[in-house]
Amino acid sequence: MTGAIERFPPFRWTAAVLRRLGLGGRVLVVAVPFLWLLVFFLIPFLVVAKISLSEPAIAMPPYLPLVEWDGARALLTLNFENFAYLLSDPLYLNAYIFSIKVAFISAIIALLVGYPMAYYIARSPEPRRSLLLTLVILPFWTSFLLRVYAWQGFLRSNGVINNFLLGTGIIDQPLVMLQTDFAVYLGIVYTYLPFMILPLYANLVKLDESLLEASADLGGRPLVTFFHITLPLSMPGIIAGFMLVFVPAIGEFVIPELLGGPDTLMIGRVLWNEFFSNRDWPVASAVAIAMLIVLVVPIMILRSVQADKGEAA
Amino acid sequence: MKGSGLLRIYCVLGFIFLYAPILSLIIFSFNESKLVTVWGGFSTKWYGELFRDPQILGSAWISFQVAFVTATLAVILGTLAAYVLVRFGRFRGRALLTGMSTAPLVMPEVITGLSLLLLFVSMEQLIGWPAGRGKTTIIIAHVTFCMAYVAVVVQSRLAGLDRDLEEAAMDLGARPVRVFFDITIPVIAPALVAGWLLAFTLSLDDLVVASFVTGPGASTLPMVIFSKVRLGVSPDINALATIIIVVVAIAVGLATWYMRRSARNG
Repeated sequence: MTGAIERFPPFRWTAAVLRRLGLGGRVLVVAVPFLWLLVFFLIPFLVVAKISLSEPAIAMPPYLPLVEWDGARALLTLNFENFAYLLSDPLYLNAYIFSIKVAFISAIIALLVGYPMAYYIARSPEPRRSLLLTLVILPFWTSFLLRVYAWQGFLRSNGVINNFLLGTGIIDQPLVMLQTDFAVYLGIVYTYLPFMILPLYANLVKLDESLLEASADLGGRPLVTFFHITLPLSMPGIIAGFMLVFVPAIGEFVIPELLGGPDTLMIGRVLWNEFFSNRDWPVASAVAIAMLIVLVVPIMILRSVQADKGEAA
Repeated sequence: MKGSGLLRIYCVLGFIFLYAPILSLIIFSFNESKLVTVWGGFSTKWYGELFRDPQILGSAWISFQVAFVTATLAVILGTLAAYVLVRFGRFRGRALLTGMSTAPLVMPEVITGLSLLLLFVSMEQLIGWPAGRGKTTIIIAHVTFCMAYVAVVVQSRLAGLDRDLEEAAMDLGARPVRVFFDITIPVIAPALVAGWLLAFTLSLDDLVVASFVTGPGASTLPMVIFSKVRLGVSPDINALATIIIVVVAIAVGLATWYMRRSARNG
C-alpha cells in the first residue's frame, strides 16, 4: 500500500523538491501540527488581547483599530478602559468570584462522589471492572447538551422528582429546584463526574496491594490504612481529577444557562451575553483575558502533575 | 475486604445518578402527552415529528459533515503531533508544541470560540480569507481542539509501543516514511480508531465553539437543540436524544469488542 503512495508521482516530486530545499521529512512532520496550533490556537489569544485593548465602535467588526496611520507615522492607542470597566462594575467581579466558588465546590463534591466509585472499580475483578469503566465513560459519549436537558425534566416543578415526592406524599408543595444555584452544582457534578473518576481510577488501579497488606499486618485498621497509604498515594489522581473538573467548570456556559436562574451569572455566561447580546467585542475580549489570567495557575498545576506522571511511566 | 458492602451500595447509587436522567429521557420519548414529565400513554409520534422537521434534519446533516471532516483531519494532525512528541526527542519548540497540544483540553469553550472568531474576522480583513463564516470555520475550530484529544490518545499508545518491529524494518533498509505507513500505522490503528470516534463525538456535540465561529445558514444540530430547549419543553428532543443514545451505545459496544479482539490477537 505504501509502495503505491511512494510511487505516486506528486508525492515523489514533492519529496524531491523538499529534499532540494534542505527540508527533510522530519522538519515537515514537526511543522504541520506546529503551524496549525500556532495559527489557530496561540495567535487567536494575541488577537483577543489586541481587541481587548481597542475601543468599541458601531461598525463591522465593532471595534476601532489599535494602530492608525496618520500619513507620517503610526499612532498606537492602547485603551485600558475595557479592563477599568470590568473593575468598576461589580457584576463582573461578582461573576468571577461566583464562578470560582461554583467550580471549586462542584469539584469537591465530584471528588467525594467519584473517589469511592473509582476505588470500587479499581478493586473489582476483571470482567466487572471493564464493564463498570465502560459505564462511566458511556455518558461522556452521549450529547452533553441532552444530558443537561434531561436534568431540566428531572428538576422542574412538574418534573420527575417532584412528581415522585408529591405522589408518595413526602411533600405537598413542589420543590423549586430548576433555576437555582443547586441545579447548577448538580449539573456540573453530573456532567464532569467521568473526568473525575477516570484519572482517579488510572491512579488507584496501579496501587501496590502489598502496601495495604503490610499496613494490615502491622495492625493498621482499614481507615488508618486508607488515610496513611491509599489517600497520599492517590494524590496525583486527585489533583488531576480536581483540575479536570475545576478548570472547564469555571468557564461553563450551557449549565448555568439551562439550569440556573437569571441571576446565576457565571463568567462564561457573562462573556456569551457580552458578545451575543450586547455585541461589545472589546469588553468580551477583556473578560476572556481576565478569565485566562485566573486559569493560568490551575492549568500550570495540572500540567506539572501530568508531566510527573509522564516521567514516572 | 471490610466495608466493601457499603462501597458497593455507594457505587450503585453513583451509577443510578449517572443513568437515571438518561433513562427518563428515553422513557418519556415514547410518551403520548406533550408534557414531557406526565405519562399519557405509549406513542411513537414524536419520532414521526422529528423526521418531518426540516430544521432538525438539515442541521443534523451539517453537523454530520462537519464532524466527519473534523475527525479525519484531527486524526491526521493529532497523530503527527503525538508522533513528534513521543519519537523526536529534543527539538526547538518542543515545549511550545507540548503546551499548545494540551492546553485546548482544558481551555473553556467560550474562550476558544471567541478567540477563533476574532482570528477569522481579523484574517478576513487582512488577507480576505476565510470569506464569511460557516462550515469551513467550524471545521477549523473543531479540528483545533479535537486534535489535542487525538494526540493524547495516540501518545499513550505510541509510548507503550515495542519499537523492535520498526527497528527491524529500518535495519532491512526501509525508509522512515515506509516504516511509518507499513509498521507504525497498523500497530497504532486501535488508537487511531478511538481518536477518530472521540473527535467525531466531540465535534457533533459542540455548541459553544460552533455558535461563535458559525455564519448565516450553518446551524449545527446542537444549536437547533439549544434554541428549542431554551424556549421550553419539546418532546421531539427526547426522541432525538433516544436515537443518539442508542447509536452511541451500539458504537461504544462495537468499539469495545473490536479493541478487546485486537488486544487479544495483537
